Amino acid sequence: MNADIFLWLAQDGVTNGAIYALLALALLLVFAVTRVIFVPQGEFITFAALSLSMLEAGRVPGTIYILAIGGLAAAAIEGFGAARSRAWRRLPRIAALYVVLPLAVALLVAWAAPRKPDQWLQVLLVLAMVVPLGPIVYRVAYQPLASASVLVLFIASMAVHYVLVGLSLVFFGGEGLRSSPFWDARFKLGVLEVSAQSLWVLAASLVLIVALWLLFEHTIYGKALRATAINRVGARLVGIPTALTGQLSFLLAAFIGAVSGILIAPITTLYYDTGFIIGLKGFVGAILGGMASYPLAALGALGVGLLESFSSFWASAYKETIVFGLIVPVLVWLSLRSRHVEEEEERE
Amino acid sequence: MALFIAFLALAPFALSEFYVTLMNYIGLATLVTLGLVLLTGVAGLMSFGQQVFVGFGAYATAVLTIQYGASPWLGLGAGLAFTAAAALGLGLITVRLSGHYLPISTIAWGLAFYFAFGNLDFLGRYDGLQGVPAISLFGWKLESGRGSYALIWVATLAALLAAHNLLDSRSGRAIRTLRFRATMAESFGVDTARLKLIVFLYAALLASLSGWLYAHFLHFVSPGAFNVNIGIEYLFMAVVGGASQVWGAVIGASLLTLLKEWLKDILPRFFEQSGNYEAIVFGLLMLSLLHRARDGLMPVLARLGRAHRRIPAKVATANPLPRRPGPPAGEPLLALAGVQKNFGGLAAVRALSFEMRGGAILGLIGPNGAGKSTVFNLVTGVLRAGAGEVRFRGARIDALPARRIARLGIARTFQHVNLVGGMSVLENVALGAHLRGAKGTLQAMLRLDREEERRLLHEAARQVERVGLAAHVQEAAASLALGQQRLVEVARALAADPVLLLLDEPAAGLRFQEKQALAALLQRLRAEGTSILLVEHDMDFVMGLVDRLVVMDFGEKIAEGLPREIQANPLVIEAYLGGIE
Repeated sequence: MNADIFLWLAQDGVTNGAIYALLALALLLVFAVTRVIFVPQGEFITFAALSLSMLEAGRVPGTIYILAIGGLAAAAIEGFGAARSRAWRRLPRIAALYVVLPLAVALLVAWAAPRKPDQWLQVLLVLAMVVPLGPIVYRVAYQPLASASVLVLFIASMAVHYVLVGLSLVFFGGEGLRSSPFWDARFKLGVLEVSAQSLWVLAASLVLIVALWLLFEHTIYGKALRATAINRVGARLVGIPTALTGQLSFLLAAFIGAVSGILIAPITTLYYDTGFIIGLKGFVGAILGGMASYPLAALGALGVGLLESFSSFWASAYKETIVFGLIVPVLVWLSLRSRHVEEEEERE
Repeated sequence: MALFIAFLALAPFALSEFYVTLMNYIGLATLVTLGLVLLTGVAGLMSFGQQVFVGFGAYATAVLTIQYGASPWLGLGAGLAFTAAAALGLGLITVRLSGHYLPISTIAWGLAFYFAFGNLDFLGRYDGLQGVPAISLFGWKLESGRGSYALIWVATLAALLAAHNLLDSRSGRAIRTLRFRATMAESFGVDTARLKLIVFLYAALLASLSGWLYAHFLHFVSPGAFNVNIGIEYLFMAVVGGASQVWGAVIGASLLTLLKEWLKDILPRFFEQSGNYEAIVFGLLMLSLLHRARDGLMPVLARLGRAHRRIPAKVATANPLPRRPGPPAGEPLLALAGVQKNFGGLAAVRALSFEMRGGAILGLIGPNGAGKSTVFNLVTGVLRAGAGEVRFRGARIDALPARRIARLGIARTFQHVNLVGGMSVLENVALGAHLRGAKGTLQAMLRLDREEERRLLHEAARQVERVGLAAHVQEAAASLALGQQRLVEVARALAADPVLLLLDEPAAGLRFQEKQALAALLQRLRAEGTSILLVEHDMDFVMGLVDRLVVMDFGEKIAEGLPREIQANPLVIEAYLGGIE
């Protein structure tokens, strides 16, 4: 291997690693606030990436149906609850949030798609379609289980993953798609030729990480999220609605997932189920960071990206095996480090 | 049960080849699901990676029989051995980690091995291996689906029976504490990490066996059968059946296998596009199940069948267990010297020293938050002291883990009742006698533990009777009133045949007569030579019972002496009633 290839692989690894880092942060955030191991994060990536590619081709992405179905399901659950407690005044709000808004987005996309809008408008449309799915998924699948144990929530995550991948196949079909890059330029940086897309990914990841940090440190919502993450019961006692913090964390997760999908769409060909594996690489990164520290998770995710890029050079076929096998030595290290693991005993 | 076996016996003669094949799939899935029931439902360890072990079993035999012409039985042995080694390695690493690491890492290794299966040349890459021979049994070739049927279901029934036997044994009771009550189990000498590993190993071996049967039944092995989704479906099966019930494995595996077949048949008729519609239905089904019946279908079925509940079996009499020789009265038993415990910035116990001698009852009293329960946890090894020494019969125990301290003859009750709610009173108490038995998991599966088991249960029944709960011996512990549950805790501690008994508020929630009976029991125990360290708030109860008292406030000892002296001590009065500032 010469220096050119080395630098090229490193650049590739850092680019992917930046996306995994974003995902790792979202996964940690959701886990800290809701104790949900959010496996379906990967599906948001898929939805966003495939939607972008379809919009580019002037086709109407299937995401609008998923959004509409999800919205109606959430509205049904909320409406049923409101009807049971005879809180009729809540109905208009429910209808506006879960029926009118998703349908409006769906209609807008259906109208705009054949007109092939500008790329940045496409990105906005994708965000408008995918981001609301976060709170909707939380409302439908997780909120009824908010007090359940981590393991029950984990099973729920796998169930949601199953449903979303199934829907993904129905509405996107089995073909693989790749969108065109935002900016096709390449820069000479010494011996290294940097693609503009890589710079895009890095810049966007950095901006998002900083924005998240600002959100947590300086806004009341961020503080509510942190409070819930530290102590759920305490947070509820001081009047923080935990259902809201749950929805908020899922909103952020969906947003990060959608951005990751938009960033990765021009780099990789994605199929209906590719997001699962991408999301799990974020998890490997988060585990490298011990499932607790944000900076360590981001570093871990960068490491995953680099490992993946270099192993694809030496042992391309075993790339995934190496990346996911990496978790074993990490767990050895974690288990040696934590001499006495205080069991989080489930409640009966 | 008998109906089920009769159905199984008749099925191959009555059903068409298609349904026999389906039954084979159900049997294969039941084996894997059964492992998950033990692993997830009973022991609380969640795995989405069982299909990997199925793959090990299938590929091991496929490679050996096709490429080396070996006997399928050699393939079985090799598959089980390889699986055991891999499961031990993976298990050693992961079962020690807390809850959510295991499921994530199972998904990760599921993906890792799926891609490995699909890329290794000698495993035939994604095309897999063709032409796995049929198994020959006593010169009889099990060629057709019907041939495999017998083998698959004999293996499945044997595994079910073994699991059933296991749960109904000394080790089984200990395994049933793992999910919710591991700390308590350690306090009675259970090596929970080792047990978790054993359960993990058993589940992996069942999966491997299923893989071996699968390979010889289908004559074909490919990575597609061992992808992550299959692993998720196995877990769904365990949840549907009710993850804590052995027979739930059959129900879950049957229902989902049949449902999948039916959905594959029926759904494409409604949709013109091709798609994985059954996955959507499965996911939705799981979600609604989690929302409405989290424990699965088995408890629902059990509730329906409650009408003909079996009558509680009378505990058979047996030779009493040998007892531990107690120390002579007056011998120094327990000594704390300068013991310190901080939680963050809070000093829960500060430079605490006291001593107690054999054959006595020492009361440890003090206002709420004085650090009494922390002292219990320090003495029993649940917590580790930051500084100072704890000695028991002269030997230091402050660095020992809880289960080693239990071996020395220290037994305790917990302030917050720490029983396995779903187990009967008798089983809960028998758990206390864990260290007085020696039969392991394998002997339990093969029912070679019955003599010892009778003795353990007999001892447990004796202790239940002693605390006055004989009428409730077969009831689920969770169905008792709180005061009675505390008495179950006392009985469980007694079943350990302790030299030193630590009781944490045993009289809380008891009625007056019950308190009197308990006091009489404790006095009898003292007369028999058992020493008791007692934390209690009911002063009438304490004062009439104890020989000496230690009073704590804000983590410090503020007084020590005879009950009479303590009652007159101004410091104690101030601590309890508040000083006049």
